[in-house]
Amino acid sequence: MLQNTVLIPLLPLLSAVILIATAGRLPKRLVATLGAGSVGLSAILVAQLSIAWLDNPVPYSLHLWTWMSVGDFQPGIAFYVDGLTVVMMSVITGVGFLIHLYSTEFMQDDDDYSRYFTYMNLFVGAMLILVLADNLLLLYLGWEGVGVCSYLLVGFWYKDPANGAAARKAFIVTRIGDTAMALGLFLLFTELRTLEIQQLAAAANLQWEPGGNLPILACALLLGGAVGKSAQLPLHTWLPDAMAGPTPVSALIHAATMVTAGVYLIARTHALFLMAPPVMLAVAIIGVATLLLAAFTALNQTDIKRILAYSTISQIGYMFLALGVGAFSAGIFHLMTHAFFKALLFLAAGAVIHCLHHEHNIFRMGGLRTRLPVVFWSFLIGSAALAALPFTSGWYSKDEILLATWTMPWAGPWLWAGGILGAILTALYSFRLVFIVFWGEAKTEPDRQPEWRMAGPLALLCLLSVVGGFIAQPLDQVFPAHQPEHATGAVAWITMGIAILGVIVAYLIYLSKQWSVEAGLNSPGMSRLREFWYSGWGMDRFYDSLFVSPYKTLARIMRNEPIDQLYNGIVQLSLWLHGWLSDQQSGQLRRYAASMVVGLILLVAVLAGAR
Amino acid sequence: MELANLIVIFLFGGLLAWLAEMMMENSARWVSLLTIALCSAYLWRLVGHIPAELFHINPVANQAGTWLMHHQMNWIPRFGVSFELAMDGLSLLLIVLTLFLGVVAVVSSWAEVDHHRGFFQANLLWTLAGVIGVFLALDLFLFFLFWEVMLVPMYLLIAIWGHEGKAHAAMKFFIFTQVSGLLMLLAIIVLVVLSAETLGRYSFSYFDLLQNDLSGGVATMVMLGFFVAFTVKLPGVPFHTWLPDAHTQAPTAGSVLLAGILLKTGAYGLLRFTVPLFPEAALQFAPIAMGLGAAGVVYGAVLAFGQSDFKRLVAYSSVSHMGFVLLGIFAWNHLAIQGAVMQMVAHGLSTAALFMIAGALQQRLHTRDLGAMGGLWHNMPRMGALALFFIVASLGLPGMGNFVAEFLILVGLFQSMPWMAVVAALGLITGAIYSLRLMQEAFQGKPDAHRTLPDFGPLEMTVMIAMVIGLLWLGLYPQPVLDLAQPVINSLTAEVQL
Repeated sequence: MLQNTVLIPLLPLLSAVILIATAGRLPKRLVATLGAGSVGLSAILVAQLSIAWLDNPVPYSLHLWTWMSVGDFQPGIAFYVDGLTVVMMSVITGVGFLIHLYSTEFMQDDDDYSRYFTYMNLFVGAMLILVLADNLLLLYLGWEGVGVCSYLLVGFWYKDPANGAAARKAFIVTRIGDTAMALGLFLLFTELRTLEIQQLAAAANLQWEPGGNLPILACALLLGGAVGKSAQLPLHTWLPDAMAGPTPVSALIHAATMVTAGVYLIARTHALFLMAPPVMLAVAIIGVATLLLAAFTALNQTDIKRILAYSTISQIGYMFLALGVGAFSAGIFHLMTHAFFKALLFLAAGAVIHCLHHEHNIFRMGGLRTRLPVVFWSFLIGSAALAALPFTSGWYSKDEILLATWTMPWAGPWLWAGGILGAILTALYSFRLVFIVFWGEAKTEPDRQPEWRMAGPLALLCLLSVVGGFIAQPLDQVFPAHQPEHATGAVAWITMGIAILGVIVAYLIYLSKQWSVEAGLNSPGMSRLREFWYSGWGMDRFYDSLFVSPYKTLARIMRNEPIDQLYNGIVQLSLWLHGWLSDQQSGQLRRYAASMVVGLILLVAVLAGAR
Repeated sequence: MELANLIVIFLFGGLLAWLAEMMMENSARWVSLLTIALCSAYLWRLVGHIPAELFHINPVANQAGTWLMHHQMNWIPRFGVSFELAMDGLSLLLIVLTLFLGVVAVVSSWAEVDHHRGFFQANLLWTLAGVIGVFLALDLFLFFLFWEVMLVPMYLLIAIWGHEGKAHAAMKFFIFTQVSGLLMLLAIIVLVVLSAETLGRYSFSYFDLLQNDLSGGVATMVMLGFFVAFTVKLPGVPFHTWLPDAHTQAPTAGSVLLAGILLKTGAYGLLRFTVPLFPEAALQFAPIAMGLGAAGVVYGAVLAFGQSDFKRLVAYSSVSHMGFVLLGIFAWNHLAIQGAVMQMVAHGLSTAALFMIAGALQQRLHTRDLGAMGGLWHNMPRMGALALFFIVASLGLPGMGNFVAEFLILVGLFQSMPWMAVVAALGLITGAIYSLRLMQEAFQGKPDAHRTLPDFGPLEMTVMIAMVIGLLWLGLYPQPVLDLAQPVINSLTAEVQL
């Protein structure tokens, strides 16, 4: 078992190395076998591990080698496996394998088939290292590794400069968060003399006062990293643009796994966060603010992938809310169910795009219910789970989060109300999408049907989206035994049923059209507001004018090296002196005589003065 | 004088390469490779004879016996000048880097240099001779001599084989180095004369001069003489302006040597001479030096982003990366100095590789202008993939040497001056901005359909893959390098506490 743990991240990495070394010379069939097969093997190993885990849930460490050793700074290349790791690895390899399998068909016609699977395998390897790491430095390696893979995959179709811009934006915006996180690591090491996660928790308990300045600062810096990676306010702007990548990439990286890394980080270092109550509150508030902002934005998008992207931001907001109120298990539970249904939705959206000549605009779709039945059912089930309709997987997890939120002291009901409003909006925008795309008249005819390699993963993810709520998570030993109480009574009933309200509203507006909102929506005030929502609350424009443009201007002004002007000044001065001195050598006797006289007088004056 | 042979091999090798080319076309580059191979083999044998335990003992700075190797021979006894060479882990590490990048330089000049090939290789090898001399010399007079030896052939490399603005760039390089070298010479003389009062004799020996009791304003002035000379070479802001011109105009091999090794002699000088010789003055000056370092990190990154010339962009990235070295050295604790040493090695590899790619592009496209590039991945996927690797290495992706270096520097710096670390950490963001722009402008975007370009050939691939492996090794298992430098750093920090 122990040795096999190493194989789990190693297999995808090895496959990537082989794909790099063969540099696209392998036939597509072999590339597909390697790319998807290696992740499949890892998934089997994880399954084995999980089964063994059920019998004997004892965390274990695996020290491979000491990464670097300078004085007492000795981070290792070392793994730590506990219940949280098992859950994360199951999601990464399980959902990861399905998406790889789906990709083998989705990317069939692409010339850079091999490059695609190289990046995908590298990503899975890095993501597994991220969740396996026993210290924050190795976690940071995985963290940056997935960041680069995300950059590469968003910009996969590199010939279009717009994709490159989206990829750079994704990398640089998350890098801002990562830098905060790196500072957090410096602070943690400087104060606690270790980066090993379990030891950090112990050392912090010994050395730090709960609520003191140091834990608050350290956790705030870590939160910076989490906010960047998980696309939460204020660093969420990169994720909608990241949809430029191939759709399976969006499913794997920008929905199921990488973007939830921030949630994982906070859950993993929860012992530190519990010592910083103000930061916990900030996490919850960021969660609610993000989930509302993103939900309003999703409601106004027309691009099918951007709707899903904003919905991802919004759902991760729920996870942050869970973490912020201390319901860590609920947060990880929602992370898992979200991975199932959001991967399903993205893959289904990918199938729509794939079968509809790369059409992204939902208003040019329609009537696909009968034309793409497999995709329709997938989308319906995925949306039901996203909207958290009763008895879907999303319902169980979101319910837990909202019920736990209510009982949080003083801020609880407010946060809960935000979450409930978000839940209505979620149901509204997801069924708006379903009704517009799959009902009504057909505007674009599909030219093909998904084959088994795409349909199979969809079916399995449908199953998981429905029953995923029953998968028991072995998290009891990971998080503090004392989790928040659940609300009961009327609050519980509202929480459970609120999504249905959203679906009914969506039905009335978009399907039966009994509620006409056209007039209201097109009134001047409302359309300006919608414009504002559509643009993601103007955040991009705000950052552009505040940071991007000034930086570009600064670079343009400085590009010719202001400091060099100083040295050029010296050059100019010597040239001028040279000119002046050579002018003195004019060959005119009168001038020589005159200067001799002036010189003599000056000399005499100086000598007389010295006396 | 075994250590001297390392230098002599290169001096003669250079002469031989020059002669060989006159007799046979294209033979000089082979002579160069053989010379480097011979020197490497010789070094291997020398190191093999050093007792293993010496590698673990902290060398006592002024006790010759604790160094890995030490030789001293009278030269001008009247003024206390001797031919004194010594090697510790730090110099060994930098010499190995020099030899490796020497090979890279020869390979990158393989097809590029088309006139006076023999004299080119001669200058290349003489530069290496000067560099190795700098890393070994412990007599300050001798050190200054090698400092100059290094300069002249490099000047010729730029002035003769450079690109369109070579005369100006070579002159600028020469004047900057020469003027700052003059300051160092003055500082050396003042130091020797003043120490003679306590020593009772003139001595240029490092071991003797370490005992100097200069203090106050004099110490600061003399320290600044050294500091400026080394910071010009490093280069640190505001003395860096020669570098972008020199890099841009130098032939590829020249850029490789400049970025890979010559800049490191500045860092080496700061570490070996400036701080240990004048601990008190350096302590007072440290905040300013670190400020210059942090300014360099950010300034270099902003200017790199503004460039449209491939090589100029990489040159400014060097200014930014060397800012980290300055920070690491003046933070003066184990972590930070280890980081600075690691940065010297890792930056040597990654930047040399980027310059090699820039050279290959110039040879194929006859331009360095990023605006004229774009979509080159499509034409040359191998070069594109390698460029990607070295670009993410230089922006500090974990798993590669540059990350280990920058992380150690910053974590060390954070312990002495947290706010300085916060400013320097901005370099992580700005570094990503210019690096990814370089990748985009050159290799991504719309390819030119009419362009057919030859990808890297086997010879270039071999060197490139060696550098890839080197950076991964430094990034994942840097311990051998850290262990080699550790005793030296232990003794430096034990004797000098800032």
